[in-house]
Amino acid sequence: MCGIVGLFLKDKTLEPQLGAMLSEMLIVMTDRGPDSAGIAIYGSATPGQAKITVQSANPDVDFAGLETALGETLAAPVAVIRKSSHAVITLPLAVLELARAALAELRPAIRVMGRGESVEIYKEVGLPAEVVKRFSVASMSGTHGIGHTRMATESAVTTMGAHPFSTGPDECLVHNGSLSNHNNLRRELKRDGVRFETENDSEVAAAYISNKIAHGMNLGEALESGLSDLDGFFTFVVGTGSGFGVVRDPIACKPAIMAETDRYVAFGSEYRALVNLPGIESARVWEPEPATVYFWEH
Amino acid sequence: MATFDLATATLRELNAQLHATQSGSNDTAWEVLNPRGAHSVAVGIDAPLHVDVHGSVGYYCGGMNSQGTVTVHGSAGPGVAENMMSGIVHIKGDASQYAGATGRGGLLIIDGNAASRCGISMKGIDIVVRGSVGHMSAFMGQSGNLVVLGDAGEALGDSLYEARLFVRGSVKSLGADCVEKPMRDEHLAILADLLERAGIDDVEPSEFTRYGSARTLYNFNIDNADAY
Repeated sequence: MCGIVGLFLKDKTLEPQLGAMLSEMLIVMTDRGPDSAGIAIYGSATPGQAKITVQSANPDVDFAGLETALGETLAAPVAVIRKSSHAVITLPLAVLELARAALAELRPAIRVMGRGESVEIYKEVGLPAEVVKRFSVASMSGTHGIGHTRMATESAVTTMGAHPFSTGPDECLVHNGSLSNHNNLRRELKRDGVRFETENDSEVAAAYISNKIAHGMNLGEALESGLSDLDGFFTFVVGTGSGFGVVRDPIACKPAIMAETDRYVAFGSEYRALVNLPGIESARVWEPEPATVYFWEH
Repeated sequence: MATFDLATATLRELNAQLHATQSGSNDTAWEVLNPRGAHSVAVGIDAPLHVDVHGSVGYYCGGMNSQGTVTVHGSAGPGVAENMMSGIVHIKGDASQYAGATGRGGLLIIDGNAASRCGISMKGIDIVVRGSVGHMSAFMGQSGNLVVLGDAGEALGDSLYEARLFVRGSVKSLGADCVEKPMRDEHLAILADLLERAGIDDVEPSEFTRYGSARTLYNFNIDNADAY
């Protein structure tokens, strides 16, 4: 099954509550997938600064001294804030790609969850309530975010197999469904230089979209193109630095419901996920059409 | 009238009480508060009960209903009135996917729109949708009537057996073996009765087009291979 939620705020006064609202939405969706959970939050960006969210199975070892070591290697100011098995590394945008290479050298066991100017991604094996508590997601503020609770069908139950999948700067994707041509697409993307972290079909979808964007498409065009190239069942919710998109496959058997008010756009696999949002009683609530791209941007 | 608040009691308790209410009981009218998208609200009723649900429900509301009248003052999630046997399920808002799936009898009324696969594999249920229905509605329909006052999405009546489909608006496309058919007096009478039972008096049966099975898929025929 899998459960997906997403929230894109239009009203700035709601921003301090983003993490709390998104956490609540995701916890309601727990019974759609008990294997793992994850959340991506787009916080405020500082001009010239970038963030990398990393994860380690041995955080005590891998995060010890990381700030100093990475700062010296990059010759740049680096800050590392640890949250449980994850850490957010803040550093100058100019050295973001260098930092990824440096991290692979300095701490080979570290996994990069996501990178960009505003996104932070937290995901682990376990139920949403445990995962959001572990990373204090409820206290996070931000402009938009997406979350996922997974019932594994296509690959192993591991931290890296959890959603969201982030394969480009400030890009991330959550998926409910299963793709049938992911192996072939993965081969094609690999030939184009894309690197994969898992055997997961959803990572292929995320990488497909990032790859199209890297080749000059905008997100809307990339999602349209995915409708013809991705075979299988999907409801995708995607985030970018400033935007929030939704698309379902032409068969559209994976559930989806959306709500929009003057204050926000919200997505849930089920209506239950939306019931605590402010003003939901008078919101425009609808089921997204199959093979139709929906997108909002700040 | 008994009131059941799902904010303070469990769904299992609600359904257990509905199941325990026998025909002939005085407590046949129920109000359900705070459904908040809950699944399986008022499923498996087997008595002439009236249940009014105030708010939107999740999956399978009114499923397997027999004799009961379930009214949802809100919208319904996937599979509303799935496998209904008799009685009425009335959704005042919209319905999600596969509304009335496999229904064997009774009447499902949807005041808003229904999403994809409305009436999939219907086997005797009558469904009246005031708005539009999504793609692949009445897929493999076997008997009963689907009445749509608005439009129908792609592949209406794909692989249809014997169900009758009446659409007032446009049809994006017809599925395999589904064809337009002439509206005879008997069909106008069926439609008039259904509209009346659904409380709809502002449209005329003559405004609808009838669709049904061309019956070319009943037996395997190599000439039809492309249509399977």
